[in-house]
Amino acid sequence: MEIKEIKERFIEKILLLIAFSSITILALITFFIFGEGLPLIWKIGPKAFLLGERWVPSQGEFGILPMIVGSFWVTFGSLLLGIPLGLACAIFLCEWTPPWAGMILRSAIQVLAGIPSVVYGFWGLVVLVPLIRNFLGGPGLSILSGSLILSIMILPTIISISEDSLKALPPNYKAGAFALGATHWQTIWRVLIPAARSGIVASIILGMGRALGETMAMIMILGNAVKMPSSILDSARTLTTNIGIEMGYASGDHRQALFAAGVILFLIIMLLNSLAIVLSRRRAG
Amino acid sequence: MSTGNKIAIKDFNFYYGSLQALQMINLDIRANEIFALLGPARSGKTTFLKSLNRLTDLVYGASHTGTILLDGEDIYDPKISLTQLRRRVGIVFDLPIPLPMSIYENVAYGPKLSNKTQKKYLDEIIEKALRSAFLWDEVKDRLHTSALRLSGGQQQRLCISRILALDPEVLLLDEPCSGLDPISTASIEETLSRLKKEYTIVLVPHNIQQASRVADRVGFLLDGKLVEEGPAFEIFTRPKNKKTEDYISGKFG
Repeated sequence: MEIKEIKERFIEKILLLIAFSSITILALITFFIFGEGLPLIWKIGPKAFLLGERWVPSQGEFGILPMIVGSFWVTFGSLLLGIPLGLACAIFLCEWTPPWAGMILRSAIQVLAGIPSVVYGFWGLVVLVPLIRNFLGGPGLSILSGSLILSIMILPTIISISEDSLKALPPNYKAGAFALGATHWQTIWRVLIPAARSGIVASIILGMGRALGETMAMIMILGNAVKMPSSILDSARTLTTNIGIEMGYASGDHRQALFAAGVILFLIIMLLNSLAIVLSRRRAG
Repeated sequence: MSTGNKIAIKDFNFYYGSLQALQMINLDIRANEIFALLGPARSGKTTFLKSLNRLTDLVYGASHTGTILLDGEDIYDPKISLTQLRRRVGIVFDLPIPLPMSIYENVAYGPKLSNKTQKKYLDEIIEKALRSAFLWDEVKDRLHTSALRLSGGQQQRLCISRILALDPEVLLLDEPCSGLDPISTASIEETLSRLKKEYTIVLVPHNIQQASRVADRVGFLLDGKLVEEGPAFEIFTRPKNKKTEDYISGKFG
């Protein structure tokens, strides 16, 4: 065998090893979380764990429904605002913006992505929370303020990925639609967006993942009350903030319960990602 | 339909930023003729076609001077409806661009945009358009499958039928046969010869032979300048300009 060929094979094997090691790390993490969390879920029963409304670790009550509901509302609220804003911005950026303005806007969005979440949380705490408390009532530390902050935080994800997928379309789609007498908006709405749908859906799901996983900013502005929220002006606690707040001092069953909450979070995110893959593979036509 | 000039181009210059793509074009295109525009690569043929229905507007920084009249109306008049213009002057590109939807929806897209077409007529329009482009027999059983799954030649004929469904007055074709096999090419050429009874056709042929087969009149474009134009027979047998002669006899290009 020639030296060259041996080298080829060697490189191939090394790359294989590296590729598998990253998967192995993921597998180890998964294994660890499930190993720590699942026993507790079996011990108190999946139903009591998922649908229990009381989370009182000192009395051995571990119901995470309020957290699931909190996570859901905060994420849903952020998408409600973030999707239209993000999509509109992406469309504007690639269809109407002159190059010089696009450059300014794009770098502004990158800055938005680079701000640490604790800064978002701080800004929310000193600006947004008092505003909501004074004008809408309630404690201010609420699902509404959390959703607002999160919607800003997921904007860069939605904008940049949607814009990339719109930009990646063959320029001739646009020329083709225009040549058929479509107006600019008809072209965007009926041709470009459907054609870029897979990328847009992916951007939304990634944004959703970001919103679900965000912890620091939410600890600061959600109020962290462990109860079922009854309105968007109530304070709440999410699956992630619950882990973030209590992991520092938890032990025994309590610690296991937090890992179990992590298992649920893990499953939700896996479900979302699979959904993203399925949706983005479905072609138009 | 009148037999006069369908399109009159006067002192037309076109620029991409500071780069001049077309220089002082003066040309009349008559109704119901096939006008073939010859020229080497990057001589401005596509720009010329696109400026006839203002698809050049999509290019940032593009500008022009001079006028182009369609039936006596200035197409660069700000009062003119762009979508109307593009329906009257349809274009088919060298690379087929099926929109990412079904075959039926591709052809129906244009007529549907006008909102006037009823479903019953729509089916008729689509069948007629697909038949005119010799595609009907191949796709009639799978009209609702994705157009992206058609072969290259079929996609190109789909694009031609999509334009025909709009019932345009002028057809612009930019090397429409470049990706096609000889049999599809022959059928497209036959279609063109038949279509000129109803339409005015401006064709950028994918080779000189194609121009000699279908064109009534021919123009030769070189570096953005219209070097020569005239009846096809004369250009091919007695070109006046040395450069035209060299190009046609294959010395360059």
